[in-house]
Amino acid sequence: MNLTLKIWRQKDAASQGSIVDYQVKGIEGDMSFLEMLDVLNEQLITKGDDPVVFDHDCREGICGACSLQINGEPHGPDRLVTTCQLHMRKFNDGDTIYIEPFRAKAFPVVKDLMVDRSSFDRIQQAGGYVSVNTSGNTIDANAIPVNKDDADESFEAATCIGCGACVAACKNASAMLFTSAKVSQFALLPQGQVEATDRVLAMVNQMDEEGFGNCTNTGACEIECPKGISLENIARMNREYLKASLKG
Amino acid sequence: MGGLIKSSIARKVAMALSGLFLVFFLLQHFTINFTSIFSADVFNELSHFMGTNPLVQFALQPVLIFGVVFHFVMGFVLELKNRNARAVKYAKYSGGANASWVSRNMIYSGLVILAFLGLHFYDFWIPEMVHKYVEFAPEDPTRYYPELLHRFESPVRTGLYVVSFVFLALHLWHGFASSFQSVGFNNKYSVAATKFAKAFSIIIPLGFIVIAIILHLTH
Repeated sequence: MNLTLKIWRQKDAASQGSIVDYQVKGIEGDMSFLEMLDVLNEQLITKGDDPVVFDHDCREGICGACSLQINGEPHGPDRLVTTCQLHMRKFNDGDTIYIEPFRAKAFPVVKDLMVDRSSFDRIQQAGGYVSVNTSGNTIDANAIPVNKDDADESFEAATCIGCGACVAACKNASAMLFTSAKVSQFALLPQGQVEATDRVLAMVNQMDEEGFGNCTNTGACEIECPKGISLENIARMNREYLKASLKG
Repeated sequence: MGGLIKSSIARKVAMALSGLFLVFFLLQHFTINFTSIFSADVFNELSHFMGTNPLVQFALQPVLIFGVVFHFVMGFVLELKNRNARAVKYAKYSGGANASWVSRNMIYSGLVILAFLGLHFYDFWIPEMVHKYVEFAPEDPTRYYPELLHRFESPVRTGLYVVSFVFLALHLWHGFASSFQSVGFNNKYSVAATKFAKAFSIIIPLGFIVIAIILHLTH
């Protein structure tokens, strides 16, 4: 199939960017979206132009590196997939596709479609861990009984790959779904209780300091999340936060 | 506790709680208005009580006004902060693909309701305040129903009220159910609570519309 691509090009963080049109030919339906961009970049390099810069790593939907706002939706029109898992068969010959970086003040553009998502790392560093010494004295996980439902919910929260689609989809650029998943995965387990109060306060505080917007419960994040992280996590974080604020 | 003041979650909870408070007020207002379509005497009696009871006038009324002002001001503050969180807008943004129009445009339905409140205050609250606390006019317990009918004489005013109630329904459709999530209420009762909130958001504004039309036709 032949496509018209409208891609955001930006030289660096300090420069003004703009949408540039490209024609790309010979795209197969079995290609992933990133492979389609590889084809475009080969065309550009052959012509002596700068290739389009975009984030990618594992290309199998588990690392959270790929991003891209495709036709107005993070990771494109498909559900529960990352951009690297998005197949070109979802598009039609002759389509025009808008490709933009994830937009948020807390995700500044580095170059073209690549954004700096280290604000997520800083939220995680603020409290998304358990201070248990695991070097040389690891305790069998089964030694601490955990309710099966809690274990499942915790696991589901922990499947968040931190790609930032929730922020990109949210009309307010809110990071509540990401932060709540990282809070929930510990809040549901006995191992997470020791630091529960400090964790939620520190992570929410960091989230606010990074300049993310406020959640207005539109639910866009849950729909666009490639891992299907549930809004229940946000309600849980709200409870945890209120509990911690009143306690601390 | 200090961080609670500037925290995004605290602001969200404050919006939810003030919204829930206004929902309770709406129900109370609807109940009194509803009596007007079947008994002028009951409406007069209730209005007289609300208009003269010191607890209502000097305790509940200021709390209500604070609740309304707080909800609007906080709504605007959050909207500005949220717009600022995405300085560069998308060239193409498919908001409708993952969220309802109502949930994405609460600020606009809220602005219509704010404009309506201006009209409503001009029609009822300001004349009432002038009557009682400026002119110190003698109290007539039977004046309320005729005054109400008089206000709904105009088809334009009745139409404006009807349109405003439609926007109130839209605002409640997202806001009421959303407030449960904001205060952390998400459990096995959530589905039933959401259904109740959605039903409320249709039935109460529809009731206000029916009352406005009946009063207009009665005149």
